[in-house]
Amino acid sequence: MIPQSWYLILAAALFGIGMFGVLTRRNMIAILLGVELMLNAVNINLVSFWRYSDVLNMSGQVFSVIVFAVTAAEVSVGLALVISAYRRRNTVIANDLDMLKF
Amino acid sequence: MTAQQIIFLIVAAFVLGSGVMVVTARNLVHAALWLVSTLFGVAVIYALLNANFIAVVQVVVYIGAIAILFIFAVMLTRRDMRDSGPQMNSNWWLGALVAALVFVGLVFLLQGWSGFTGTAADLPSGFEPISLLGEALVSPEAYVLPFEVASVLLLAALVGAVYVAFNKK
Amino acid sequence: MSFWNDPLKVAADWLEGIFTGWGMDAVLAHVLVAFLGVLLLIIILMVVDIFLVWIERKVVARFQDRLGPNRVGPFGLIQPFADIIKLIIKEDTTPGNADKVVYNLAPILSMMSVLILWAVVPLAPVMLGTDLNVGVLFLVAAGAIGTLAIIMGGWGSNNKFAMIGGFRQVAVMVSFEIPMLTMLMIPVIFSGSMNMNAIIAAQNPIPFWVLSPLGALIFLIAAIAELGRAPFDLAEGESELVSGFNIEYSGMKFGMFYAGELLHAFTFGGFWAILFFGGYRFFGLEQVSPFLAILILVIKAMLGYWVIMWVKYTMMRIRIDQMLAFNWKFLTPLAFALLLVTALMNALLSPAPTWLYALGMFLANVVTGWIALEIARSATKQERDRIEGPTKTAEAHH
Repeated sequence: MIPQSWYLILAAALFGIGMFGVLTRRNMIAILLGVELMLNAVNINLVSFWRYSDVLNMSGQVFSVIVFAVTAAEVSVGLALVISAYRRRNTVIANDLDMLKF
Repeated sequence: MTAQQIIFLIVAAFVLGSGVMVVTARNLVHAALWLVSTLFGVAVIYALLNANFIAVVQVVVYIGAIAILFIFAVMLTRRDMRDSGPQMNSNWWLGALVAALVFVGLVFLLQGWSGFTGTAADLPSGFEPISLLGEALVSPEAYVLPFEVASVLLLAALVGAVYVAFNKK
Repeated sequence: MSFWNDPLKVAADWLEGIFTGWGMDAVLAHVLVAFLGVLLLIIILMVVDIFLVWIERKVVARFQDRLGPNRVGPFGLIQPFADIIKLIIKEDTTPGNADKVVYNLAPILSMMSVLILWAVVPLAPVMLGTDLNVGVLFLVAAGAIGTLAIIMGGWGSNNKFAMIGGFRQVAVMVSFEIPMLTMLMIPVIFSGSMNMNAIIAAQNPIPFWVLSPLGALIFLIAAIAELGRAPFDLAEGESELVSGFNIEYSGMKFGMFYAGELLHAFTFGGFWAILFFGGYRFFGLEQVSPFLAILILVIKAMLGYWVIMWVKYTMMRIRIDQMLAFNWKFLTPLAFALLLVTALMNALLSPAPTWLYALGMFLANVVTGWIALEIARSATKQERDRIEGPTKTAEAHH
């Protein structure tokens, strides 16, 4: 059997990789890709907690289903914002979108 | 080491390797395709955890919809096929440090928890997680309210995304 | 248990006995036998695929009042082998600035997305790859991989036509996935399970096409769109896009896309039969022998495939904006309405006797379809008046 620690460490590592992507990438779409990795890490945790505690209590799976819905919403609005910003400012580099900074 | 553990290690290495490629690939379409392979690996992890429904939904929602959306967005926001300039900002080492600290901190916090090295009990015979999940999602004693709120959120996101991306001419 | 009642299990036990007799570990022998089973299924599917080329060419010839292949072998049966030899000895080109890995991976993924579908197809009550409890969703998941293969092929070719073709095809596939997924829920409502075998077992007295004829029709339309066949072949519209997303592919790489499409059509014929026409069931004949059950399923799948070909070779082509408008403004709302009506009627009629339940469901479908057609008719009439109004006045000026 696999101890739960393996899943938790995998999730933590994936979360760290995603966070690195969010913090360092310049392209806004790449930042959203990093957010995807972080959300997946959270989902691995939720499902592993379901499996390793009482399997008759479905909370872990329900939470991960809701995370799916939230991710879909986040990606669609996020990418719509990126495309809208690209139309107006002709760039997708996060640092160049500094209209509020004078 | 059992067969299950070997499979887990292979899949985990695959997931983490693809994950690193997602955040380091210069070409954004490649990054999105590496994201697909990461998500596929995560689906296998769900299957290893006996969560068949979540595994298949992962493929349907993430690969079938979200990854395709990413590839579309990459293609819609590029002036040419070449990538020029650095893909990371100047203080990338600070980001790497913070990410490493988060990982170490999480593992440090978790290893103090009593259930950290716990193993899973066998599934009860004739166990149907799908019907239980369905009942949990729509029963008033369980999660019907978050479920309905999530659907309203999706509708709001649908309308919002169309409004934001719509080209007003 | 004899060979004729459960051939797969008997053969697997026999092979495992041989392997363990050689001193192999029992787990390893089990994995090896499972692997051999998968290999056997894939080989059979590829052989079927070769003959599908012949069937497709013969049927299209009959629709177009021709004879079709008839020179090589009896009835031209050897023709597909000649085609394959031609494809293999053709030059295997890769465009100069193509993204090599992505470009070469696309045809493989395209074929794979079709082959993995067969993992959940119940060929007979005892013969199926895996008894997955989410078999219906697996169908959509495999479709997602097919979508990915097309966008990879379109992008990796580094060609404008390929890219536009890929974009179009993916737009159609992603859009039509919604009515398809909704219609997949209708057999799930009737049978109370997402397991393919349970869905077939639930069609015991009445197959689901009687309970939901409209659902079967919408599923077929969405399946044809998912296949990218005419009238949904916008990705490879010859007149404007040369050949669409597969324009840069030559030799066997093109062959993989082509063979994948044919096998995909046949597979969807099979799923149509399983979900709405009782799969391997035919008046109890499937109980006689699993081999008979396979034969019944193949005949039903061929009939579904024939309907798909019939549509392909007799429909005119439709523009991409009309196609997407048809999906978003007509098919998707209709699918949602039908799902609502079916769920409501199922809850209302479940205490009723079987004949009343079937009659009520059938009538509910007919009424829903009729209302939808009336709404569509009045909407198209308004649209026609709006478009034709100015042209009439323009003609009057001349």
